[in-house]
Amino acid sequence: MTDAPRRTALDATHRALGATMTDFAGWDMPLRYSSEREEHVAVRTRAGLFDLSHMGEITVTGPQAADLLDYALVGNIGGVKTGRARYTMICEAGGGILDDLIVYRLADQEYMVVANASNAQVVLDALTARAGGFDAAIRDDRDAYALLAVQGPESPGILKKVTDADLDGLKYYAGLPGTVAGVQALIARTGYTGEDGFELFVRPADAVALWEALTEAGRDAGLVPCGLSCRDTLRLEAGMPLYGHELTTSTTPFDAGLGRVVKFEKTTNDGDFVGRTALAEAAERAGTNPPRKLVGLIATGRRVPRAGYPVVTAEGTVIGEVTSGAPSPTLGKPVAIAYVDAAYATPGTEGVCVDIRGSHEPYEVTALPFYKRQK
Amino acid sequence: MSNPQQLRYSKEHEWLSGAEEGVSTVGITEHAANALGDVVYVQLPEVGATVAAGETCGELESTKSVSDLYSPVDGEITEINEDVVNDPSLVNTAPFEGGWLFKVKTSGEPGDLLSADEYAAFIQS
Repeated sequence: MTDAPRRTALDATHRALGATMTDFAGWDMPLRYSSEREEHVAVRTRAGLFDLSHMGEITVTGPQAADLLDYALVGNIGGVKTGRARYTMICEAGGGILDDLIVYRLADQEYMVVANASNAQVVLDALTARAGGFDAAIRDDRDAYALLAVQGPESPGILKKVTDADLDGLKYYAGLPGTVAGVQALIARTGYTGEDGFELFVRPADAVALWEALTEAGRDAGLVPCGLSCRDTLRLEAGMPLYGHELTTSTTPFDAGLGRVVKFEKTTNDGDFVGRTALAEAAERAGTNPPRKLVGLIATGRRVPRAGYPVVTAEGTVIGEVTSGAPSPTLGKPVAIAYVDAAYATPGTEGVCVDIRGSHEPYEVTALPFYKRQK
Repeated sequence: MSNPQQLRYSKEHEWLSGAEEGVSTVGITEHAANALGDVVYVQLPEVGATVAAGETCGELESTKSVSDLYSPVDGEITEINEDVVNDPSLVNTAPFEGGWLFKVKTSGEPGDLLSADEYAAFIQS
């Protein structure tokens, strides 16, 4: 084992572009190329190009691939049609979230599970452990793919310049194989920015050529390379949870306000899945006596809330905790996602503050997301 | 990036202008501004406050982090840059010019400050 960070197939490209690099889940990834605010605005108004090759791909194949995934994950994966994708989670038997995932059904008996970089091994191990008795094979494809994302309102136009694939027929949360800039790719209309956009899974050997072709195709539309910093503020504005922040093993999907991803009615295994009993209890608790709720907070001042800062009343009583916070380029104010006691979770609740290094700064409680794109 | 020759530098990445009638201007270096990323909020000491070399006198917030601001010298604050309070991005766009942070009437000689060349070597190391 070496502790040296892993590098993506685009590493030299990032360095040539002058990226500020950062260690992320054992990978050396671009944090930003110039200004994270400008990258953020580019994705909201034009388009941005991301290297997401650190994400973890796991392929599940076989006659009982659907049955295995229905048992191992909380979603109704057997109900996903070929060519479509589903946002789902993998939970512990006790209901805690191991990771949030996107599962693509590539063929009748073939799925690709995309895990967060920091959890890819955990997900691989859990799937493998849960596969006993199922006629299905699990393949670690983390090294088989590079992942590029084009996100933003101009992204369909940019991609159309370099592919003949039927993008208009490709719905949100769908994926199909195709050729992009002469490179074989799984073209998926997914993303983590709150904008329309595409994620392109390709062989690592093709990543540089694809990056360069997309850069060229997007030049007139104002496409810019984007790092993980703006990816975080984009997803925060869009109210999307991040593993390790809003989602942890001590949180169930219901605690995170994402109970809708848990499907107790499944087409396979008589509806049985790992975590079912605990999650049924969590659903009951969330409906009648929720401990804390996930809300949005918008600052009136300019100081920025950070993950872990206490949410307090004006008198200083702790009523919650910030899980993510950042200055929102779109709103022009600091925003946060926080767990707060249910009594304070109603939008418009008065007297909610965040303790920012000893100073109680007033915040407005709001529903998530902070930003929703116009369709 | 270039560090202006006429300035002196602290190891906490502040720059200090040569004292004119005992008043020096203080800012953070381009190197520090780049490391912070987009600065979104600055908290500066109040005019009249007494500051001490190496001690915290404010904070700088960027998208991803918050950093303490240190004074490179002992002295009394005579002016703060209201422009940078209103537009913290000046720290990024003009760290040695419009992004200056405060002016301080120095009391005594500043201690362990670096020349531009020494500072350049320091941030390389």
